[in-house]
Amino acid sequence: MTDDKKSGVSRRDLLKRAGMAGAAMTIPLTPVGGGDVAAAPPIAEAVTQAAPRREPIENLTAAEADLLEAICARIIPTDANGPGAREARAAHFIDRALGGALAASKPAYTAGFAAFDRYCRSSRGKPFLELSERDQDSVLIDVEIGAATGFQGSPAAFFAMVRTHTLQGTFGDPYYGGNANFVGWDLIGYPGVRTNVSADDQRLGAKLTPNHKSAYDTEMFTKATARNNRHDPTRDDGENGGLAPIIHSGDQRHGH
Amino acid sequence: MATKLKPTDVVVIGLGAAGGVAVLPLTQAGLDVVGLEAGTWLTRRDFAPDEIRNNVRDWPQSVQKAQQEVPTHRVNAKATPTRAGSHPMMNAVGGTTLHYWAQSWRLNPWDFKVVSETTKRYGASRLPAGSTVEDWPFGLDELEGYYDKVEYELGVSGQAGNLKGTIDPRGNIFEGPRARPYPMPPLRSTGFIDLMAAAARGLGWHPFAGPAAINSRTYHGRSACMYHGFCNKGGCHVDAKNGPHLTTIPRAQETGRLKVVTRAHVTSINTDDRGRVTGVTYVTDGQEFSQPAKAVLLASYTYENSRLLLLSKSKAFPNGLSNNQGQVGHHYFSHAQGAGVTALFPFNINAWYGLPAQGVGVDNFADDNYDHGALDYIGGGNLWVMSDRRPIAAASMGTFGRTPTWGKDWKAFIMANADRTNTAYIQKTTLPYEDNYLDLDPTVKDPLGFPVCRITADYRDNERKVTAHTQDKMAQWYKAAGAIATQANPLGTMGPTTHAYGGTRMGRNAETNVVDEWGFSHEVPNLGVLGASVMGTSGARNPTLTAQALAWRTAEYLAKKWKTVTV
Repeated sequence: MTDDKKSGVSRRDLLKRAGMAGAAMTIPLTPVGGGDVAAAPPIAEAVTQAAPRREPIENLTAAEADLLEAICARIIPTDANGPGAREARAAHFIDRALGGALAASKPAYTAGFAAFDRYCRSSRGKPFLELSERDQDSVLIDVEIGAATGFQGSPAAFFAMVRTHTLQGTFGDPYYGGNANFVGWDLIGYPGVRTNVSADDQRLGAKLTPNHKSAYDTEMFTKATARNNRHDPTRDDGENGGLAPIIHSGDQRHGH
Repeated sequence: MATKLKPTDVVVIGLGAAGGVAVLPLTQAGLDVVGLEAGTWLTRRDFAPDEIRNNVRDWPQSVQKAQQEVPTHRVNAKATPTRAGSHPMMNAVGGTTLHYWAQSWRLNPWDFKVVSETTKRYGASRLPAGSTVEDWPFGLDELEGYYDKVEYELGVSGQAGNLKGTIDPRGNIFEGPRARPYPMPPLRSTGFIDLMAAAARGLGWHPFAGPAAINSRTYHGRSACMYHGFCNKGGCHVDAKNGPHLTTIPRAQETGRLKVVTRAHVTSINTDDRGRVTGVTYVTDGQEFSQPAKAVLLASYTYENSRLLLLSKSKAFPNGLSNNQGQVGHHYFSHAQGAGVTALFPFNINAWYGLPAQGVGVDNFADDNYDHGALDYIGGGNLWVMSDRRPIAAASMGTFGRTPTWGKDWKAFIMANADRTNTAYIQKTTLPYEDNYLDLDPTVKDPLGFPVCRITADYRDNERKVTAHTQDKMAQWYKAAGAIATQANPLGTMGPTTHAYGGTRMGRNAETNVVDEWGFSHEVPNLGVLGASVMGTSGARNPTLTAQALAWRTAEYLAKKWKTVTV
């Protein structure tokens, strides 16, 4: 664990707490049941609680990371039904992956964020983080359906990419820096990675207790191959005979 | 200049599903074999239950020749080709059997005689226009003994439905006769699978547990399946998935006659002035080697089989090896295996664990198992319902038009329904057509500078009609089991796929087929071809076991006729 993470405080966190970075909000981790929006705590109450712990940014700029956080938080919102992409640290998953497995998507993110920000300011008169949740959603709908202007490529493709990666960061193995505290798996009722499943576990009505385990909590599995998706012979991984490159040095601290 | 290696009897190009099986009968017959494999050995320590690595990213990360030569695809000769981001297959000792679903079907009797049976029952005009389909040069009876050898040598679990002509309703009553039962009982069922089986019986259909090259109990000293949910595109952490890397290849090594060379990227098959194969050239770590051999068995994947032949030009074969009749690359088709049906249930179905091969099948609407008299197409599909789901895929489920695909309402929807959905797999009769083929791409090349394979192919009316019919039946089945909504998924097109057939089709007619009824080239007597590239029909089920049975048969023929073949 790094010092930054231990303290849980970064310059951007401080800015956020001071209210300068928009509506950072956290909701109690326990689902309160029901889908009633009225049950969600008001923002004023939420901001008095501790901001979600954020990790050092690895590949995005601070402004890009804030924007990504905010977009992820609308795709899988934190609400009366419990935590969402923000608590899962989906944005952190994406930021980290952009230096490795998703490196090919980095230009699309950079260009997409710039166009997204321009579109927000020109169509709504404010940056995304200063918009109400309702207005944030309306901007995202414009991007999703391809109505937003000023994008180099398809705005819909940008939205689909961010949504796909947000889901990966929320529901993937915590090893990759998302799905923090297994909030994603708890959200959909996935009982967790097991290496042996019995017939009784597969009957209708079985009640399985979530085990909150990453694949890599089972020691037999090699971790090196989990780090990147492309063989790159120009890079060397001392732990694995060069079979899989290390994408950055922070892998081992993540997870559970 | 290539380093010339010591000659051997047989070179097998590719140690995957087919080549990895062929090495056993060859070495057991006393032949010396060099197996050239582009990938490496992987072990169960490499097979973590990790959806991001297995299903989202391009696992595995070891040497991947295939990923550098992804075929391009266009729907017809006028369309602009596109190129997928990744190849559907993997390189390793054992090939894609490391992470496949391991459904190990025999083809049904009709699949070998599509032309004659269709003509007999409905008249020749019922054969779809433009199709180049032919009867196989033999029937199921010829292949039965080889299916049996592979089922027992590798280990296949399943329930016989037809034992020497006696029908057993616990198995598939539509299958052809088999000489003895499967070596292992079928994989176990689940609560949801039981529910679906009961619903099928209620409809008057004949549900059955399907066959899998997966241990349902300890077999040959290896563990039974753990049903942990990461079999789909994942390797087995207890070695219960029976690929050649665990079975036929180690047994061939024990004979002392198999040399396995990994990371060997074969660049050409070489010939002499007589037009006979003399060996192969391969590259590893930038070094070129020439491996002389008395016979060569080409056992890479369907795309690379045609591609390597087309790349291997010589004085005797100016248009590519074994291509003087211009048949290499023709009669290609991608199995119509898209177009599943997704169902939504009003209760949790507990399908978080299991594997694609743990399920229930219905063959009532496959092949010619139902009367097509009033219809205007041939063939059908196997309906397959399985227990297979992982969390990212679950959260990515469709919403049946009930909510948007993100935001508060969507979140509430997936929270309620992630364990209430199931998608059926429907494999459908697919035919070869005149204008569907493989050749070399004129512009796209691999890192060594060789053109990649180009697919020019699309589905036709027959495949679309089979799709519509089987999707209707699948929706009916789900609703009979209590589903409150179903959604038919799109068929897609004939792009790169795990079920790719043809290009080096098998048949007696040398003008329309690349290999003869034994799998040897009509033009090059000491060149054999293994894999689904020799298959002329798909049936409505996974091709691997058939490719393996054919591989065994071709290898056995080579050993028996060694003197004749290698003159």
